[in-house]
Amino acid sequence: MMRTNFSTSDKIFDYVNYALLTLLMIVTLYPFLNTLAISFNDAKDSIRGGIYLWPREWSLDNYRYVLSEKSIYNATVISILRTVIGTVVTVFCSAMVAYAISRQDFVLRKFVTVAFILTMYINGGLIPNFLLIRDLNLLDSFWVYILPGIIGVFNLIIIRSFIDGLPESILESARIDGAGDYRTFFSIVLPLCVPVLATVALFSGVFQWNSWFDVFLYNSSTIELSTLQYELQKILQNSNASMTQKTAGDAFAGAMQNQGQVTPTAVRATMTIVASVPIIMVYPFLQKYFVKGMMVGGVKG
Amino acid sequence: MEKVEVAETVHYPKKSPNKFLQFLKQCGKQHALLVMTIPFLIWLFIFKYLPIWGWTIAFQNYRPSKSFAEQEWVGFQHFAFLFEDERFLRVLRNTLAMSGINLVLGFVTAIALALLLNEVRVVVFKRVVQTISYLPHFISWVVAAGIVQQTLSPDGIINELLLRFGLIKEDILFLGIGEYFWGIFGAAHVWKDVGWNTIVYLAAMTMIDPAQYEAAEIDGAGRIQRMWHITLPGIKSVIVVLLIMNIGYLLESGFEPQYLLGNGMNVDYSENIDIFVLKYGIAQGNFSLSIAAGMFKTVVSFILLFAANNIAKRLGEARLY
Repeated sequence: MMRTNFSTSDKIFDYVNYALLTLLMIVTLYPFLNTLAISFNDAKDSIRGGIYLWPREWSLDNYRYVLSEKSIYNATVISILRTVIGTVVTVFCSAMVAYAISRQDFVLRKFVTVAFILTMYINGGLIPNFLLIRDLNLLDSFWVYILPGIIGVFNLIIIRSFIDGLPESILESARIDGAGDYRTFFSIVLPLCVPVLATVALFSGVFQWNSWFDVFLYNSSTIELSTLQYELQKILQNSNASMTQKTAGDAFAGAMQNQGQVTPTAVRATMTIVASVPIIMVYPFLQKYFVKGMMVGGVKG
Repeated sequence: MEKVEVAETVHYPKKSPNKFLQFLKQCGKQHALLVMTIPFLIWLFIFKYLPIWGWTIAFQNYRPSKSFAEQEWVGFQHFAFLFEDERFLRVLRNTLAMSGINLVLGFVTAIALALLLNEVRVVVFKRVVQTISYLPHFISWVVAAGIVQQTLSPDGIINELLLRFGLIKEDILFLGIGEYFWGIFGAAHVWKDVGWNTIVYLAAMTMIDPAQYEAAEIDGAGRIQRMWHITLPGIKSVIVVLLIMNIGYLLESGFEPQYLLGNGMNVDYSENIDIFVLKYGIAQGNFSLSIAAGMFKTVVSFILLFAANNIAKRLGEARLY
C-alpha cells in the first residue's frame, strides 16, 4: 500500500517527524557519548570544561586508575559471578515450576499458581525482609544475591504461557512412548523452550548485573562481596556529598589526587562506562528477545 | 472429566474419603511434579510469606533484645504517629506528586512517540530509533543517575546551553534546588523509559485494520487527522487498561532515582515513603515506625491494585499481572 504521490503537507509532516525523532536520538545518546569522552580525556584537562563528544587530550589514565584498584577488580568478579549463577539458577528453577503448573492434571496446579501470583500483590516490605535475611544468617554472604530471587513470578508467567502454546501432540506422544515427567521436562520441554528461556535469562541477567541495593543493604560491610554497581553508587554518593559539604568532597578529591592524575568527575565517568559496557555491548544483538518477552508478559498476562 | 474432579479434591480433600484417596493416588502418580514444585513452595513460604509476619512489629514497641512474647503491644499508636508527623506527611506528598508526574508524563510522551514512530515509512530509520530509544531502559539507575549528575553539573550540557542562549547568567546547581527535583525526576524517567514504553502501543497499532487508513485517505484526511481519528482511537483500550493498572501503583513511586539523586539540599522534595522506611528502619533502628510506614504503603497498594485489576477485567481486557 505504498502511496504514489505525497502532498506538500505530507512532506512537511515527514520532515518534522524525522527531525523530532532525530532529536530524540541525540538526547538519548548524547549523555552516554559525553560520559565516554570524559572517561577518555585527561582528568586535569576535563576540569576546564568544554568536552562534548570527543576527548580533547586522549588519556587512558582514568581507566588505568580505576582498573588497577583492587576493589574494582574484585567487584567485577562478584558482578560476573552473581549474574551467571543467579541467571542459571532462576532460569532452571522457574522453568521447572512453570512446567508443573502448565500440566492441566497436576494436583497442586491451582494452589501453586495462586501462591506465586499472590506475592505480586503483597510482600513484607523492606524491613521485614531485612530481618528475615538477618535471621537466616545470610548477611555478609554471597548467597543473599541468589537465594531471594530463585523464582521470579514474571518469569514463571511467561514460561508457562510459552509451554501452553506448545503443540499438545508432542507432549502427548512423549507420554505414550512412556516418558515420565522428568524425561518429558528435561528432554522435550526444556529444549523446546529455548527461545523463552533466552528471554528470561536476559531479563534476569540484566537485573543481576544492575543490582546494587541488596549489596548496600545486606553486604555493605563486606568489601569482598561488593559489586561494580555498588562501587559506582558509592562514588555517586561521594560526589553528591561534595556538592552539599564542600569539605567532604575536597577530602575525597585530595585522596584521589594522591593516587595519580584523576579527579572525582573523571572517575565517575569512567566507572559509569565500566559498569554499563557489558549491557551496551550485548544489547543490540539481543534486543528482539527483550521485546518479545515484554510482549508475552505484558499482553498475555 | 478427571480434570474437574482433581481441582475439587485440592480444595476439599476431606469431604469424601473416596476423593481423598483418589487425591493421594494422583499424588503418587505425579510424584515427579511434586518433587519439582514442593521445594519451591517451601522457598516461597520462607522468602515471601514469612516476612509478612514481621508486620506484627508495627503494633509493638519493638525491642530487638526481647522475645516475641515479651514485646510491648501498642495497637495503632505508630500509625497514629505517622499521620501527625510532619515529615511523614511531606514524604507522602512527595510520593504522590512523583508518581503522579511519572504517570502523566510517562503516558503522554510514550503515546506521542509511538504515534510518531508509527508514521515513519523508512523501516531502517524506525529500527534505529527504536534500538536507540530502548537502550536506556537496560542501564541501571546507578549509571543513569551518574549520567544525570554529569548532565546537570555546572560544566554539564544543560548549563552550557542555557548560558550560551543567554537564558541564565550563571551556572545553576540543579540538584541542589529542592523545587527542581520533581521535574528532574520526571525528565530522567522519560529519558530512561520513553522508548521502552512505546512497545505496547506500537503492538496495538499493528492490530488496526489498514482499510481504515485507506478509507480515510480517500475521504481526504491528512496525516495528523488520521493519527487523531484512527490510530489514537485504535489504541484507546490499551491506554485505558494501562492507565488503570498504573493507578494501582500510585504509592510505588520508585526508590532508586530518588535515593541516588537525593541529597541534603533537595531532601524535602526527594524523600518518598521507601526512603523514609529505609532511613527510619535501617539507619535509626526504629523498626516499629518504619514497618508501620511500609505496611501502610503495601496495604493501600494492595487495595488499589486489586481494584484496578477488577476494573480492567470488567472492561473486558486481559489482566496485566
